[in-house]
Amino acid sequence: MATELTHHTAAQLAEGLRAQQFSAVEVTRAHLNRIAEVDGDVHAYLHIAGNTALATARSVDAALAAGEQLPALAGVPIAVKDVMATQGVPTTCGSAILKGWVPPYDASVIRRIKDARMPILGKTNMDEFAMGSSTEHSAYGPTRNPWDLTRIPGGSGGGSAATLASFTAPLATGTDTGGSIRQPAAVTGTVGVKPTYGAVSRYGLVALASSLDQAGPCARTVLDAALLHEVMAGHDPMDSTSLTGQYPDVVAAARRGALGDLGGVTVGVVRELGGDGYQAGVRQRFDEAVDLLTAAGAKVVEVSCPSFTAALGAYYLILPSEASSNLAKFDAMRYGIRVYPKGVDDPTAEQVMAATREVGFGAEVKRRIILGTYALSSGYYDAYYGSAQKVRTLIQRDFAAAFEVADVLISPTSPTTAFPLGDKLDDPLSMYLQDVATIPANLAGVPGMSLPAGLAEEDGLPVGLQILAPARCDDRLYLVGAAVEAALTSRWGGALLDRAPSLDREAV
Amino acid sequence: MGASGTGETVLAYDEAMAAYDPVMGLEVHVELNTATKMFCGCPTTFGAEPNSQVCPVCLGLPGALPVLNAKGLEGAVRIGLALNCTIASWCRFARKNYFYPDMPKNFQTSQYDEPIAFDGHLDVELDDGTTFRVEIERAHMEEDTGKSSHVGGATGRIHGAEYSLVDYNRAGIPLIEIVTKPLVGAGDRAPEVARAYVSALRDLLRALGVSDVKMEQGSLRCDANVSLRKRVSDDATSSEQKAVPFGIRSETKNVNSLRSIERAVRYEITRQAARLAAGRRVVQETRHWHEDTGVTTAGREKSDAEDYRYFPEPDLVPIAPEAAWVEQLRTTLPEPPAQRRRRLQTEWGFGDLEMRDVVNAGATEAIEATVVAGASPATARKWWMGELARQANTRGLELSALAITPAQVAELQALVDAGTLNDALARQVVEGVLAGEGGPAEVVAARGLELVSDDGPLIDAVEAAIAAHADVADKVRGGKVAAVGALVGAVMKQMRGKADAARVRELLMERLTP
Repeated sequence: MATELTHHTAAQLAEGLRAQQFSAVEVTRAHLNRIAEVDGDVHAYLHIAGNTALATARSVDAALAAGEQLPALAGVPIAVKDVMATQGVPTTCGSAILKGWVPPYDASVIRRIKDARMPILGKTNMDEFAMGSSTEHSAYGPTRNPWDLTRIPGGSGGGSAATLASFTAPLATGTDTGGSIRQPAAVTGTVGVKPTYGAVSRYGLVALASSLDQAGPCARTVLDAALLHEVMAGHDPMDSTSLTGQYPDVVAAARRGALGDLGGVTVGVVRELGGDGYQAGVRQRFDEAVDLLTAAGAKVVEVSCPSFTAALGAYYLILPSEASSNLAKFDAMRYGIRVYPKGVDDPTAEQVMAATREVGFGAEVKRRIILGTYALSSGYYDAYYGSAQKVRTLIQRDFAAAFEVADVLISPTSPTTAFPLGDKLDDPLSMYLQDVATIPANLAGVPGMSLPAGLAEEDGLPVGLQILAPARCDDRLYLVGAAVEAALTSRWGGALLDRAPSLDREAV
Repeated sequence: MGASGTGETVLAYDEAMAAYDPVMGLEVHVELNTATKMFCGCPTTFGAEPNSQVCPVCLGLPGALPVLNAKGLEGAVRIGLALNCTIASWCRFARKNYFYPDMPKNFQTSQYDEPIAFDGHLDVELDDGTTFRVEIERAHMEEDTGKSSHVGGATGRIHGAEYSLVDYNRAGIPLIEIVTKPLVGAGDRAPEVARAYVSALRDLLRALGVSDVKMEQGSLRCDANVSLRKRVSDDATSSEQKAVPFGIRSETKNVNSLRSIERAVRYEITRQAARLAAGRRVVQETRHWHEDTGVTTAGREKSDAEDYRYFPEPDLVPIAPEAAWVEQLRTTLPEPPAQRRRRLQTEWGFGDLEMRDVVNAGATEAIEATVVAGASPATARKWWMGELARQANTRGLELSALAITPAQVAELQALVDAGTLNDALARQVVEGVLAGEGGPAEVVAARGLELVSDDGPLIDAVEAAIAAHADVADKVRGGKVAAVGALVGAVMKQMRGKADAARVRELLMERLTP
């Protein structure tokens, strides 16, 4: 099994390609075949870009044959979340309103991936406009969790996480506004990183909440995530909020962490992110991880971040407010679908806009647009948006105080393992609670990682461990994450994903 | 209702002023003349093929993000400084949310409660030489919207149109909105104050070099808010008058000439006065100005509760202009227009009335540039206040919009001074330049307008005239020198005007007097 090209890590693929053990075309083709084989069940992809992926692979093979020096991940295929604008390739954000839209430009992060000579396999499914924690809010049908096809793969980036867990891509991109990279990683047994706000350009990412959105890598190992992180991050003059100045070497940190020595590192356990409301199996795996960290030489302390309890409330004011404005542009005037109102002979532009938005947006999107429009209305602004911004400041202060005593913070990524499809669709609040541990990082702009911590005893499904670090200290995530990963894989005798169902037709 | 609308009942202006005291608020939008747009790299050239100057950012495509144009910020700060404003040490952009097809993102990136410049003033000189201080509330940065054209239907407005076209070339052009505090105390001179303020502002912006300030092209647009309150004192500036609460205002949009501003304010005063006098209410609404009929008609009703759901623009980082940079920009400010006018008047030796006419005609810059290009102040004034003013008037253009440059005017005058042209020929050259036939020298060459300076053909014509009008020639020989005029006329006719009349006279006298 592990000898199949689709089951190689990205680092292994990169090494094999450089050593010409196999060609980039073989690697891409293997993934396209795997997609054809299993993605009918998983539905991680919304669009397959086989021809352009193979063309990129061919050019990499030619360059390798000519002895050219190529970027580290050249020839390693990647799946891209459908929220990223890809020139000439449909981009829908999981929404009906953008059905058929083919962007005339590439997002900056796509440009970087193309510059890295990575074949783009296709676009991955997501909750509509990244609103959700289950990928059930996609207008194109849900993605299923490769561990159990009756369960959700997390969201909004369930498609990207599922490509990794179903071995239809070795790497994928995600965006994380409140946990959309980390929570899917947790429930699919994969690795996901939300970098420091501003580390990866937002230019060309269809905005959900501008002040919270951050793109990052999705992978099966910490090292693979670091390799992709390095490709994605970097200053971009097209994004005013893009970071400038020194940025740490995350790949070096991942390699160092894999050696397993965390001596001198202080790890803070966040009191408010755990305990009641967290599934027993999740708590158990988390406690084990704490023991592992201690065994690796880290000093573990408890820290309190009292304002985190207000994070979810603040988030669900700030996010809808920004989203209500960001989504205003979908008005049928310049792109996307256009719907004429029924029974109106000579509709005005306003009526066409309203009819299109009525048909084109799903229920969750409408819910948040209404919330945000209300929160920004005059007379309510101070009480809602204004107060939420104050909470945000308090959360930033809590983080600052915690990082005075700890180098990184840890918590479970998600309170539960993957829940059955349809379970929370009628209960938005319980869906929102999925992100209770991941949201504080977005409100403060600090980086966070989720990596597999094992399987919950009660349901045999993956549990995620979250690591948080101060802004611009993304390397610490990789140092600590790689150490935990090394200890766990040695305990398990292999990667956690080796225990996932094969999904092969003949095996079913 | 016709294309231009019809007016309501109005009160005579004197009657209106006897009963009411006008209060104005003027909002001026200035398009900066930056090479690129406010938040993207698209060019800003006026009049380009529709939708040829657009990109993902100014089209509001999904995923696109704005980046602030540093030149736009610099222009805003310089305008703020020139208006004696305080420059914010920290401020942000805000989103103004509303749906309209010509606004690509369905929000306008603007500024709300944190403008880049605030609390300033501009001293405005009125026709009689007195000064009126206009208090400036704020100057803030924003982006222009696209431009809609409504096709079909009678009014050219969206209602009744068959379809609409949108040109996004204008979307994202940097705008500075300059808002006055309520202008009180102008009394019956309110319309004049409005015109003089926009005129002074235009001069200032032109001197700053930050905008083309072409009202006819929309690079300077004025919205005039007018309200009336009961008059309680003969003196509009008295404290009792100032204590009277403001009335309900109307906002007349996009008035696009100086003269129209004065007329529109005057019309609104008489219209509102008629309503109030009849015991009716003034409706808070936007109004459209009709240049041809000189009236305003109702637009959209506008309540104070209109909710744009402003919030700080999260896609742009806050702006914190460094004090040293602001001070450095302060050193680049031009001489204040009023001071400059006094200096120029002295330098040019113009009388008070002459200078006022020049200023009112908006000819100061043109004359100055013409003098710089080598003409004398008197001749520069003669051209711009005479023939060129007449030409502009005939064409319904502002002087600055005439297709002749100050350098060309100076060149023209040099040709006159050199004896190559006389005044009549020079006027023909002006026609040629305005018709796009090239510069003065080119027009002279192409139309063959040069005076004949070679004496040979002149002498032939002079002798022919003496022979043809022997009786007149005899009178001159007999001492009736005045009769030579008829001979000069004959020669000029023969030369089809292309002769220097003084030289012709000289040649005639040489032959007819001892």
